[in-house]
Amino acid sequence: MISPQKTLERGVFLEEVMAYNADYLHCIEPVYRNFIDPIQARRMSRLIKMGIAAAKISLTDAGIAMPDAIITGTGLGSVEDTEKILGEITKEERFLNPTPFIQSTYNTISSQIAIQLKCHNYNSTYVHRTFSFESGLLDALLQIEEGTANNILAGGIDEMTLNHLQITRRIGLWKTVPVSNLGLLHLRTPGALAGEGATFITLGKNPQSNTYARLTGVETFFNLNNSFDPGSKLLAFLNHHSLTPSQVDLVLLGNNGDTNHDPIYDNFREKFFPGKAHAWYKHLCGEYHTATGFGLYLASNLLRNQTFPDILKLNDIAPKKISNILIYNHFRNVNHAFMLVQAIDR
Amino acid sequence: MARRIFITGSGIISCLGANLQENLSALMASRRGTGRIRHIDTLLKDELVVGEVPYNLEELFTLAGIAPAEGFSRNALLGIIAAREAAGNGGLSDHKELRTGLISATTVGGMDQCELYYHDFLHNDTRNGYIDAYDCADSTEKIAEALSIDGFITTLSTACSSAANALMLGARMIRSGRLDRVLAGGCESLTKFHLNGFNALKILDKEPCKPFDRNRAGINLGEGAAYLVLESEETLRITGNQPLCELAGWGNACEAFHQTASSPDGTGAYLAMEKALKMSGLEPSQIDYINAHGTGTDNNDLSEGKAIERLFGEKIPYVSSTKPFTGHTTSAAGSTEAILSVFCLQHQVIWPNLHFNIPMEELHFTPVKSLITNRPVNTVMSNSFGFGGNDTSLIFKKILPGKE
Repeated sequence: MISPQKTLERGVFLEEVMAYNADYLHCIEPVYRNFIDPIQARRMSRLIKMGIAAAKISLTDAGIAMPDAIITGTGLGSVEDTEKILGEITKEERFLNPTPFIQSTYNTISSQIAIQLKCHNYNSTYVHRTFSFESGLLDALLQIEEGTANNILAGGIDEMTLNHLQITRRIGLWKTVPVSNLGLLHLRTPGALAGEGATFITLGKNPQSNTYARLTGVETFFNLNNSFDPGSKLLAFLNHHSLTPSQVDLVLLGNNGDTNHDPIYDNFREKFFPGKAHAWYKHLCGEYHTATGFGLYLASNLLRNQTFPDILKLNDIAPKKISNILIYNHFRNVNHAFMLVQAIDR
Repeated sequence: MARRIFITGSGIISCLGANLQENLSALMASRRGTGRIRHIDTLLKDELVVGEVPYNLEELFTLAGIAPAEGFSRNALLGIIAAREAAGNGGLSDHKELRTGLISATTVGGMDQCELYYHDFLHNDTRNGYIDAYDCADSTEKIAEALSIDGFITTLSTACSSAANALMLGARMIRSGRLDRVLAGGCESLTKFHLNGFNALKILDKEPCKPFDRNRAGINLGEGAAYLVLESEETLRITGNQPLCELAGWGNACEAFHQTASSPDGTGAYLAMEKALKMSGLEPSQIDYINAHGTGTDNNDLSEGKAIERLFGEKIPYVSSTKPFTGHTTSAAGSTEAILSVFCLQHQVIWPNLHFNIPMEELHFTPVKSLITNRPVNTVMSNSFGFGGNDTSLIFKKILPGKE
């Protein structure tokens, strides 16, 4: 996991929380030569390097050399490369260096990981805003069910740039001034705090001694004309996995400090999960299309470590044992998603 | 027994025409749709041959059946037009109780408008209505809105194999029991962005492209959209739809060789075709026709040709690339060629590989030179390969009466 927090090493889990006062939260990047041949790395843009490094960190952690499938979700791909090309074609319309074009193609991350690993297996990329990571996970779950893969590398990755921040500020996505990430909920202003990150996880068919948690279910909902009814969809989702809301120990919500959209989370947790532990995480990683990757990373660590750091808490309820975590995310009340993550019985 | 997947509807817009009938007529007449660029203000417009859909934005709004509004890219409109045709003949607005998904593929997304307004995006608020149209999800959501599809939607991008992978995911979602039917395919509009990108890679032919020819000189880029309706057998019983054919096999593999080049022996292509064949339960000798990826680049046609020889041995099926007709519609190519393959099963024809003249020295087979109408066509394999070595192969199978 590469994020604005110290998440590069296994076992180091929010021991020190990074506080920022910034326009957006920038990743703490690894030393890339530990993961990629420096000669190759020189030509690669930042997002590709982050993707390869995060993928290798996850595979090493899982003890898997060759995954049976590589699946990446990315809302925007390499923004840096796309901007380079747009800058050139909107001025003179001649560019001779094809590298940014190649790297701006969304599937570059998945395919570069395949090239690094010499992995000829299934390879795909999802590019649907905040459904990107979830769609990839769903594909992975299908493969496990189909029996076509035992170990799957699945990821979510997005970067932010100052240009892109400036452009998307125009449509009200972000805070208009630098803000403190840890004080995000106290601001009570419209717009989220932007962020970025590269999550890769290795999903296996059967739990191993080093397994973090079980990813039981993923479902996404397109809210066409406000047809999305969170209550009925939630009950159906949990019911499908033989659970009721009362059996959920912790709800991990996508609150991002945007007063236009946080009330959806607040209503959701108060209405369906009263008396349960409520947690959030986007003050740590910022908002981005694949931020639920950070959420899943957190949920997996919470389940494995059975610790619940105060920095994540939205209320003062702490479960004795964390067995079932529901992750709920939405983007502008259009793209809603649930993930169910469960503890492994050891 | 795994659920069988049937195709019950389709819709297409390409440089050959704005619907199924216009595309079919052009193909039957062996008439290509490619030519000069008319609707993009680019320095390359008199240099390249492309497969441009012959309508401007305003005309596309009319074809899409929606009032002109801010925030629509050419890409989204192409998508809506083709998706609407497929939804219409696939009866998607009936049986609302069915779980219906939309899986769309695109790579350039709404770049056609973004590149026009990028300067404004950076410096003023005049074009804010187009900022959301920049990404890949935008066209998918606009299609979902136009056709009132809620529930599962997603967007896939594996460059030039995108739409084939969208069809594959659609089939898998149905097979898993998560959806009853899926509208799947892809859309891509021509942009300065990727015309210049491919041009910088020096893989565009300035003349009409000639895949599998010794003197092939590259790609004619194209644009368009194509969608198919997939249903399970159980769903067929509810909708009463008559399937056009079966999607009998699919395979996805990765070259893991180079970001833009195919390996000389076509490892990825071979693996994708082999997986699709295995799933279909067919022997190589039972494939009647291969609608090849056949871009017309030195690299692809050699690599794909070698992979075909390796898999099919001495008995190579009829092979052709239809890209000289349509141009290479990149992310829409997989579903465009799926529809062209379904045409072959419906009308018992095999499309010619236009402009082929001189055989390649490295290959033992040559592509089909002119329209074939006197051979039974019961199975078609359709190949789609992308940058990054993302290779996918699909197999379509005619439903033979009395054998079900």
